[in-house]
Amino acid sequence: MAEPVEKSTLSQQRVMSAWVFLAPMLAVLAVVAVYPLVKTIYFGFTDASIDFPGQAQWVGFRNYLEYLDYGGGEGEYYGLLADPDWWRAVWNTLRFTFFSVLFETIFGMIIALVLNTQFFGRSLVRAAVLIPWAIPTIVSAKMWAWMMHDQFGILNDMLMKLHIISEPVAWTADPDTAMLAVLIVDIWKTTPFMALLILAGLQMVPKDMYEAAKLDGIHPVRVFRKVTLPLIMPAVLVAIVFRALDALRVFDIVYVLTPNNANTATMSVFARENLFDFDRFAYGSAASTLLFLIIALLTIGFIRATRMNLGGDR
Amino acid sequence: MKHFKTFTGVLLAASALMSVSAGAVELNIVHGAIGKDNEVLRKELDRYEEMTGNTVNIVSMPESTTDQFGQYKLWLSAKSPDIDVYRIDVIGAPQLASHFVDLTEATADIIDQFVPAAVESQTVDGKLVALPMFLGAPALYYRSDLLEKYDQPVPETWEQMTETAQIIMDGERAEGNDDMWGFVFQGAPYEGLTCDGQEWIYSYGGGRIVELDGSIAINNPEAAEALNMAKSWVGTIAPQGVLNYMEEDARGVFQSGNAVFMRNWNYAYALADGEDSPVKGKFDVTTLPVGGEGDSSAATLGGWHLAVSKYSPNPDEAIELVKFLNNFENQKERAIETSRPPTVTAVYDDPEVAEAQPFIPRWKPVVLNALPRPSAATKRKYNEVSSEFWTAVHDTLSGDGTAEQNLAKLEAKLKRLRGNGW
Repeated sequence: MAEPVEKSTLSQQRVMSAWVFLAPMLAVLAVVAVYPLVKTIYFGFTDASIDFPGQAQWVGFRNYLEYLDYGGGEGEYYGLLADPDWWRAVWNTLRFTFFSVLFETIFGMIIALVLNTQFFGRSLVRAAVLIPWAIPTIVSAKMWAWMMHDQFGILNDMLMKLHIISEPVAWTADPDTAMLAVLIVDIWKTTPFMALLILAGLQMVPKDMYEAAKLDGIHPVRVFRKVTLPLIMPAVLVAIVFRALDALRVFDIVYVLTPNNANTATMSVFARENLFDFDRFAYGSAASTLLFLIIALLTIGFIRATRMNLGGDR
Repeated sequence: MKHFKTFTGVLLAASALMSVSAGAVELNIVHGAIGKDNEVLRKELDRYEEMTGNTVNIVSMPESTTDQFGQYKLWLSAKSPDIDVYRIDVIGAPQLASHFVDLTEATADIIDQFVPAAVESQTVDGKLVALPMFLGAPALYYRSDLLEKYDQPVPETWEQMTETAQIIMDGERAEGNDDMWGFVFQGAPYEGLTCDGQEWIYSYGGGRIVELDGSIAINNPEAAEALNMAKSWVGTIAPQGVLNYMEEDARGVFQSGNAVFMRNWNYAYALADGEDSPVKGKFDVTTLPVGGEGDSSAATLGGWHLAVSKYSPNPDEAIELVKFLNNFENQKERAIETSRPPTVTAVYDDPEVAEAQPFIPRWKPVVLNALPRPSAATKRKYNEVSSEFWTAVHDTLSGDGTAEQNLAKLEAKLKRLRGNGW
């Protein structure tokens, strides 16, 4: 009878020491993550201005949606949910996320497959491929902004010399190409990240599977579809979730490459503009809260959906 | 006795040393550098340091005033003591009035020397929030050599300018200069486009973005005509990339000799006329064109002014610095070296300034009658008004909706923004 009592004391001690070790981290997390988040959500329900955040008054859901009755059957909806600029920002963000993640996954996969084979100088190429990822986003965005300049940019110069275009394209200024320019830079920058994650997945695939397929004379494309892809799928899906989370809160590339341009403004850009440029701190806080909710919902939805697929594949 | 004397001598020397080190403070001044601003400011600060023993650091900011404003607001709302003196855009200081020291008393003895309109623009509810440093008013820069070559007069209306630009651009391109453009201006969506846009509209008789009494009449045919004219430039006489140009982009094209006309602020004059400039001696400036007969030219009142932060640990020294930088000698030097129009009226009439920058005395009436942006009428909502306006103008220029549609949308947005009042 003495044994279980002893055991529970031991496990109690373990639980205790675990909490002791976790406490500093939890305290730090509470200060740097939970507190700002709660504060932001709170400000979203007030009329706070950045000059006097202390004088904020509770206004309920007015920043989100409010019907102003002008009388006589006339009235208008105000608030984020009725704000076309906000929905445009949401749409821009989703569009950006979809295309950037799609192309980064495809290109990342191709690069990973190449790097997974044995060839001379492979380690050098692996290091070289990582360079765009190593450059800080703000630096690469500014660098590309110069390269895409319509008068002095090297990109136009090269394309003109190759006779692909007949006159300089204003990549970041033209509404038709502004989003494309942002996508090009982001794909250039983040493909190495995807390649690295997928490569890690590829290296987990047992080599003897390929040898068996080779002996049976199965076409490489079929091997890729039936063997490689299912086996690396978990790694790819994790990479996609990581990348999508990042893409949904994109700010720096857009802000540097196409500042104040409504055609590319994302949710983060919209929130910052209201928080600091305009005298609408509460409205910007509400936008940040919605941004947080949208990211959370999309991530949960994506994880659920892919789990079902994974189960079906098996 | 002798010992005592030495002793007091040492004491005196020591206390003198200590008072110097206690009196010497370190100040930080922040501003966005365009052209030669940093260089000249440093020179003036060096003199100030030598005179007072204090040190002053320059904290440099990005070129876009929109970016600067966001950062200033962050610093000030966090009550940051890091920055003592802010050099801030004419429209910025009134919006941040509650964070700045009232300079009324400290400048009571000198304020009469300043251009009244400039002082007025920085006075909020009787409080002087910033001491005017230099004014800005844009001009139409033109290549006098090319106008002569093609026998064209200096244009007075926007239409004339368009035609002249097209003729010269076509002619130069036919001669092999493929990079030649007719007109460059500030077309990026930011505060600069608000200035350009209101000049076009006002010079066509389309009124102000928001009238002085706060009413909104921007959705009118004259305004649409002005924007349609501007839209016709993009891709024809102006490069498509002008939709992302700020001041320095436009100057880059003009100064490298690749543009016939440019709309830019005064600062560009000194640089385009510099020793290393390819267009030195080949260009001149005139007032911005008008829409048609009976219309008046509009030049947006710009300028940068010095405000002292309430959170500065050394407000007295900061105020002294602001007064020093804006005294007659320094304003004169700035006028000569950077072609920035001064805020001290007497500098306009100084013969040395007239000799070095013939431009400045000629600009006195333009600056004195410059068109202010509606920052006084719209108060703390100005930034948002400006953003809605530049978006409407930028959308029109880039072909996203017609001028009529965008102006109607702008009117609705401004009315909504105004609500019960500004």
